[in-house]
Amino acid sequence: MVAFYCFASIAVVASLLVVAQRNPVYSVLLLIASFGALSGLYVLLEAPFAAVTQIIVYAGAIMVLFLFVVMLLNAPHEDTEEDLDRVRRVSGAATRLQRGPLWFGALLTAAFTVELVWALGREATLVSAFTRPAVSSVAAIGAVLFTEFAFAFEVTSVLILVAIVGAVVLARRETRERSPGVRPTGKV
Amino acid sequence: MTPLLIAQVGLTLFVFVMLLNSAAIMVYVERKVAALMQQRFGPYLVGPSGLLQPLADIVKLIFKEELRPAASDKWLFTLAPIISATAAFAAFAVVPFGAETTFFGLLDEPMPLQVADVNVAVLVIFAIASMSVYGIVLAGWSSNSKYSLLGGLRSSAQMISYELSYGLALASVLLMANSLSLTDIVNRQEGTWLGFIPRYYAFVQPLGFLIFMTAGIAETNRAPFDFPEAEQELVAGYHTEYSSMRFALFFLAEYVNMVTVSAVATNLFLGGWHGPWLPVSLGWIWFLVKVGALLFFYVWMRWTLPRYRYDQLMAFGWKMLLPAAVINLLVTSAVVLAFGL
Amino acid sequence: MPSLTDYLVLSAILFAIGTAGVFVRRNLITILLSIEIMLNAVNLSFVAFGRAFGTVDGQIIVFFVMTVAAAEAAVGLAIVIALFRHRESLNPEAFTTLRG
Repeated sequence: MVAFYCFASIAVVASLLVVAQRNPVYSVLLLIASFGALSGLYVLLEAPFAAVTQIIVYAGAIMVLFLFVVMLLNAPHEDTEEDLDRVRRVSGAATRLQRGPLWFGALLTAAFTVELVWALGREATLVSAFTRPAVSSVAAIGAVLFTEFAFAFEVTSVLILVAIVGAVVLARRETRERSPGVRPTGKV
Repeated sequence: MTPLLIAQVGLTLFVFVMLLNSAAIMVYVERKVAALMQQRFGPYLVGPSGLLQPLADIVKLIFKEELRPAASDKWLFTLAPIISATAAFAAFAVVPFGAETTFFGLLDEPMPLQVADVNVAVLVIFAIASMSVYGIVLAGWSSNSKYSLLGGLRSSAQMISYELSYGLALASVLLMANSLSLTDIVNRQEGTWLGFIPRYYAFVQPLGFLIFMTAGIAETNRAPFDFPEAEQELVAGYHTEYSSMRFALFFLAEYVNMVTVSAVATNLFLGGWHGPWLPVSLGWIWFLVKVGALLFFYVWMRWTLPRYRYDQLMAFGWKMLLPAAVINLLVTSAVVLAFGL
Repeated sequence: MPSLTDYLVLSAILFAIGTAGVFVRRNLITILLSIEIMLNAVNLSFVAFGRAFGTVDGQIIVFFVMTVAAAEAAVGLAIVIALFRHRESLNPEAFTTLRG
């Protein structure tokens, strides 16, 4: 129980800080910490495969991708003067820091939180304690994954291929006719 | 305070201290072996035939001034070497180095010589290896200098590229062994064929072993894959701006990573602690011999082969090593299915 | 011992935090990170329910959710890079050309 509260508090605090603080690099690192805590919760739920896959895929691959993009783009931090200057250059108007949408979003989220917690918390008549034995071996997962869910597995591989091709095409710089005297501009 | 608890805590501390010692020993071995290969003496002044040289190095590093560039990110600059060192040590937690033992009858039931006996040990090693990328990329970014950033990005791109071949070589062994637990994989390699050829997976999967060692060398950023820290190109790559103890942590992380990759390769491909002429309870001696041989191979590679240029390195990883690993996996699965192994 | 309700309430809180991030933040990458928080909260619910019913289906769905999240993060970040090249900003306010 102590372990559950430890991991749960790390996950909640880290997620709050991801949303609350300004520096995007710190946000990515805090999200990695949150994923680590969730991985610990999966171990508590006797799902070691899910725990290790969470670290390998989420914390080890997806977050590296986020970190690379944050570092390469090197955008100004949110709501600083430099950031608002760039927005003004584009939209032309005198953009100020608008607080209205912030308060509306916060109110909506608070209402949503209260409703979710109430709805999920009151069903104490559900299976509250874990009475059935856990199935946690990787062999069991493999047996079901490659027979019952084989089609979904194959479709997922096609999905990843589509994502790879899409990402490469979307992020590619438009090719210009290069004359021998053209120097690269150094932009990303 | 049961004897089992004391044994486990003692084993954890023992592994930690031994890893630190192994890093120090590797410093000496590398310099001495490099020197002998280059027909010079190497360290010989400090202690008998230079054996206390690592101690002198560590004392020097402790007494150096701790610098931090003013424009660097304060928290990340210190966090990066911590992440590298922690990941290096943590990966060794699931590596077994000896058979089950009762410590001369002190324990009631035998305990494996392993810090944590997880039944998904192979995946845990892979997961922690993917965490060590963060130490390097954060070091490159937080130093706020162009050599560091380039070195950090190149090094992390190299590491994540070679992780694929690393994982596929691991998967081929898993197909043969039918288990993710390193202890099980080692125990399946005991015994011999024809009475004298040991049943190591290196003989059954030679290509897999080669791919694993190559990817392991690339993962630990050692020559010939150490372009990101090449002195001629990038000053010192991602640890350009580091001095004193933070630099020592990076150094430590690199050597402990080497030891971990060698230990995992020994367990997966070379039969771990099984060997002729010794009882299984003394198998850790064989383990040390095999890990030592692989570490010598590491040092030998560094001082023999020229360094790969970065685009050659990435082309090798993606266009040669990855297809080879995939073909190895396909052939292994076909053979396992055909012969019902 | 934590019960199923504990895990579900935690999942609800994490999902709400992710939603707050999507509404409140004005940096495209942080919005994507908040979406990842939401996906993780849902993963936690799946694994908790899988454990409660004693089946392995929860972990399998989590496997697929992670794969889809990886694909979505890759494509989303590629779009963010393309957008940044045009407007030099990651603020969603800079991309309001279609606003009436």
